[in-house]
Order: sequence, then structure tokens, then C-alpha cells
Amino acid sequence: MANAEKAAPKFELDRSVVVPQLVGKQEDFLFIGGLAGTAKDLAAITNDGANYYGMAGAMGAAVAMGLGLALARPDKKVFVATGDGELLMNVGALATASIMNPPNLRILCVDNGHYGETGYQLSHTSQGVDLEQMAIGAGIKSTMTVETQDQIAAGARMLRESNGTCFVLLRVKPEDGPKFKRDMDPASTRVRFLQAMKAKA
Amino acid sequence: MEATTEDRWQKVVYDTLKKNGVTIFSYVPDAGHRMAIDLSLADPDVHSVALTTEEEGVALAAGAHLGGAKSALLMQSSGLGNCINFFSMITGGKFPFLTILSMRGDYGEGNPWQMGMGKAVRPILDAMGFVTVEITQKDEVERAIDAACTMAFQSGEAVAVLLTQKLIGAKKF
Repeated sequence: MANAEKAAPKFELDRSVVVPQLVGKQEDFLFIGGLAGTAKDLAAITNDGANYYGMAGAMGAAVAMGLGLALARPDKKVFVATGDGELLMNVGALATASIMNPPNLRILCVDNGHYGETGYQLSHTSQGVDLEQMAIGAGIKSTMTVETQDQIAAGARMLRESNGTCFVLLRVKPEDGPKFKRDMDPASTRVRFLQAMKAKA
Repeated sequence: MEATTEDRWQKVVYDTLKKNGVTIFSYVPDAGHRMAIDLSLADPDVHSVALTTEEEGVALAAGAHLGGAKSALLMQSSGLGNCINFFSMITGGKFPFLTILSMRGDYGEGNPWQMGMGKAVRPILDAMGFVTVEITQKDEVERAIDAACTMAFQSGEAVAVLLTQKLIGAKKF
């Protein structure tokens, strides 16, 4: 389909509702959250749990961090949530994840078309850049876009059941996610995560 | 894989990392790491991750650590500049971290484009709180990599090993 014929992207879903629907039973995953919005989404979903490591800096690190965790723990499903701004900063990480293609890595990009944390400046995805197409171009075999209610179930299924690295682009309204006060200490949350991994091993 | 006399020390780099338990190697290709990269690609017991940019390897190492694995980032010194912001996660989060840098812009460099980053390597590593280990002689390689692994994986430090141009030689222009 030529670009001109493509339907305009819909930024209509509510992230506070749909991200939890896409995750489902959170205890089944290890989570890496990119900074800002997605870090709060995941903190709210896991109740800032020990199966979650969220960032508040190092913008662009989420996908590669998830890849490292997925390679180290092939027995666990690793769920990365990142935003459009964060992913654009290191979009090459999709290419790196793709060629490794760990079956246990799933990537959710919560795309609100804006840099919400800094005052809702337009991001590139509001101006014609399609991150699912970039994931496809990177070679990721399982991808989809969720921008309407009727696509949510299929998105959740892909994130739960995919046997290769998968990428789901979730388009949402340019609004803040859940307000959640989480532990922002990168060292204590690292230790928390490690201890939980050891306790379950 | 056969090592020539000239690059046998490169094999020592790989073997010493592996002996210290490194199972995830990440890299942006560089001649100084050619042997280690090839050995990691051919080794079924490790993951060898080709990066599009060096900072991915910093995040990858942090994720690997959360999963209980040891990793090493192999890069040319020019890639250090790409990593700086991600180092804030390593030092702020007290992640163990090991990178092996093959130096450019160092002793005998003939490419002026390399000098800027080459001169900045040590100040950057100091500013980001790294322990730096320099190797200038082939017979130092094993001991130095052992020492770096111990500081990274037992003491939990961020450690950079510099394969200096005294060791690897300067590319001719």
C-alpha cells in the first residue's frame, strides 16, 4: 500500500486501560521499562514489583537491556515497554534484537506521538514515521499495530505467545499514563530484581 | 581458529574473558578485536551480539547482569563517545560492567579524525567513574584481563581495558 493510500494513524486508545490488557497476567513476565510514561505504566501494572526494572534516564536503553536479559534468561519471557521517543533515540536496537531473535523477547512500543515528559512536543510518529514499519524493516517477523479496540486481543496474544522476538506498536492518546510513585533508585531496584531472580531460581 | 603470531594476544583476550565466565559478547566490529569477534561467533557456548552502535552494548550488559550473566563489550575507542549517557545507568545502578577498547587516536596515530576521541578516552572514563586498565605489552594481556574481570564481576565496578596502540600498533596511512 502506498503511503498516500494509508489510513491516518489513530491515537485514540487510553494507555492506562490498554497496556494492562496487553500484558494480562503480569507475573508471567520479566519487565524492562523505558523512561517516563512506560516506566509508570509498568510500575502500576506490577505494583513496582521485583519482576520489573524501570529506568528514569539512559533514554534509548530499554530494547537492548531487554535483549541482554532475554539472552541471559531463555527460560523467562522478557517484556520490554518503550515509548516512541525512546525507541526513536536508538531505533537501531530493533535491528540488533532482530538478528539475535530470542524467542522470549517481546517489545511493546507505547506510541502517543509526543514527548510527553518534556511538555508534549510532537514526536516524529505524529509526522509520518511508522515504528511498526521500522520494526518490519529491521527484520522482526512478528509485528502488529494496535490502534483500535478490536485489535487489542490479537496484540495481547502476540505478546504472550510469540515464538520469536515480536514487536507491537500501541497507538494511544497523548495523555499521561497512571500516576504511580515508584522507586527510582537504579541501584536498589537492581538489587531487588536480582534477589527475586535468585529466590525463584 | 588459527592465530598467527601477530594476533595470538587477541586470542588470549577472548580465552581469558571466557575463562572468567563471560557468556555474552557484544561488539561493533574493529580490527583490534577481529580475532575475539570471530571466536565468539564460532563458539556455540556464548552469545555474540553485533550492535548497531556501542551504547546498545552498555544496556545489553546491564540486562545480562539482571539475568545473572556476565558480558563484555568489545569496541574501538571512538565508540566510547557514543556510550556516555548510558554509563550513568551503569555507575548509578552499580552494575558490574566490562568493556575492552581497542585504541585509536593514541600512540602513533596517523589519522587526524581519530585524535579527538583518542585524547578524550581517559578523561571520559575518569569522569564516568571507571577503573581503567591499560595494556601495552602482549605478555600483559592475560593478567590484565583477569584483573579487569575480577574488579568488574567480583567488586562490581565499571572497568575499561585499553588495548593501546603500543600493543596493537598504529594503522598506516
